Amino acid sequence: MSAIVSAKDVTKVYDSGFKALKGVSLDIEQGEILALLGPNGAGKTTLISVICGMVNATSGSITVGGHDIVDDFRAARSLIGLVPQELSLEPFEKVINSVTFSRGLFGKPRDDAHIERILRQLSLWDKKDARVKELSGGMKRRVLIAKALSHEPRVLFLDEPTAGVDVELRKDMWDIVRGLRADGVTIILTTHYIEEAEAIADRVGVINDGNILLVKDKADLMAQMGRKELCIELQDPIGEVPAALAAYDLVLGEDSCSLIYSYDTRGDRTGITSLLSDVAAQGLVLKDVSTSQSSLEDIFVGLVEDAT
Amino acid sequence: MNLTAIKAIYVFEMTRFFRTLLQSFISPVLSTSLYFVVFGTAIGSRIETIEGVSYGAFIVPGLIMLSVMTQSTANASFGIYFPKFIGTIYELLSAPVSYVEILIGYVGAAATKALLVGLIILATAFAFVDLNIAHPLAMVAFLVMTCFSFSLLGFIIGIWAKNFEQLQLIPLLVITPLVFLGGSFYSISMLPPAWQTITMFNPVVYLISGFRWAFFGTAEVSIGLSLFAIAIFTAVCVAVIGWIFKSGYRLKS
Ligand SMILES: Nc1ncnc2c1ncn2[C@@H]1O[C@H](COP(=O)(O)OP(=O)(O)OP(=O)(O)O)[C@@H](O)[C@H]1O
Ligand SMILES: [Mg+2]
Repeated sequence: MSAIVSAKDVTKVYDSGFKALKGVSLDIEQGEILALLGPNGAGKTTLISVICGMVNATSGSITVGGHDIVDDFRAARSLIGLVPQELSLEPFEKVINSVTFSRGLFGKPRDDAHIERILRQLSLWDKKDARVKELSGGMKRRVLIAKALSHEPRVLFLDEPTAGVDVELRKDMWDIVRGLRADGVTIILTTHYIEEAEAIADRVGVINDGNILLVKDKADLMAQMGRKELCIELQDPIGEVPAALAAYDLVLGEDSCSLIYSYDTRGDRTGITSLLSDVAAQGLVLKDVSTSQSSLEDIFVGLVEDAT
Repeated sequence: MNLTAIKAIYVFEMTRFFRTLLQSFISPVLSTSLYFVVFGTAIGSRIETIEGVSYGAFIVPGLIMLSVMTQSTANASFGIYFPKFIGTIYELLSAPVSYVEILIGYVGAAATKALLVGLIILATAFAFVDLNIAHPLAMVAFLVMTCFSFSLLGFIIGIWAKNFEQLQLIPLLVITPLVFLGGSFYSISMLPPAWQTITMFNPVVYLISGFRWAFFGTAEVSIGLSLFAIAIFTAVCVAVIGWIFKSGYRLKS
């Protein structure tokens, strides 16, 4: 696989003197779904804006489909579709005109069938003659998506696509995203919601304070960084963790009837066997044992805390 | 050249224009009619002919110029300011279009609207006064050149403006006075000599004089000088826009 978007040492210092990107290097593979995860002000939108041409990078270089985004902006940008974070739409324009305009702007010949297909897919077809200002927030978000899809991009940027969107549309959106991916479209989405990254992404990039902290396969990330918890349910409540078990850093469950042990799946020895025999040696009767894997959220929070 | 993109911008802008058709046409027609009633009929009846032209007819070129200049500036400045204001500029900046294409789309649409308004005012004028146009082709050429050059100026204003007040500042503070003092409603030769000299520094004088020549065959300054003035004005606007695009001034952070 080759990188369709490649950023090298990209920095951005805004006129205010604020450093929003501090040397970002990132390769996005052809056909993947990459989730960019980061807290408010991390630089997600800035990075996307630089790639798409709304913001000039202070230094560094970027190619899209092998084309430099500055020297060969036409070739680079014709591959890109962008759904911005803000609901920026001409309020007095009809939905259909707004969408056809986007296609024209990207130099694509008129294709009414394609536009109709997109609008139907996004449940906007019956609103096609409505003025944008008459739409709800979620519908406006759909119009933005329709505009981006109207010119058949090979790389699609979705900047917080699910902000202000109901469950129904979120489901529709993921269906569309998966469909696009099946057609080979590369998708980059930003989000604050870990579940979202977890549900849809192939790879996850974590960005904080203008730096990319890591980019990993989602599964690898979870396997590598993931900690598992073993919950030992006891027959009878106990007052505190027995002193003999102190080495295991156990946490007493709220009901006083369970012991929680966290361990690293990467370790050669998880220590479960000895723990269980030590528990038994204390004369505690086990009722049940279960394990759970930590979510991306835990991983993410851990990373951001480490970085600060 | 991304011709499809230019067409898309042009059509989008013209749609906006036709959506507000009433304001777009009614207000210039109404104000022109008022000018004719006040200046042409009430005052004009007390003024002798100027250079052999009745006062009512004499003010027609100036009236058209007044509208066309303000319309071009207003259309073009609003056209590019509005996307900045509502944020839809993101789409222009991220599309595979060059600045020149954006410019042609917006300025072309703004100039077209102004041209239509100019022609409608001309048609209105025929209802009030007897007019014979000496050089119809030159008249149209002057009109078109004025529409385009002032749309370029409007484009600059629209990019420069940070709010709606600034958007209206230049037209109000600069263009309207220059047009009124540029001989729209009187002949420069009617002024005292000192004022005549000062007036010669007003670029609009050359445009109105040239335009009036196209109507009546007589001019206060030579037609060559008028053309030269338009060329200089257009060149200055193009140079400024070139710099804006190169530097990304107030378009990109
Ligand atoms: N035009 C600008 N001028 C100055 N600073 C800016 C500008 N745009 C963004 N910033 C700053 O750059 C930083 C990164 O902003 P950015 O919008 O990229 O964050 P983000 O990761 O998209 O955040 P969010 O999740 O809130 O959308 C923020 O601290 C922001 O205040
Ligand atoms: Mg953002």
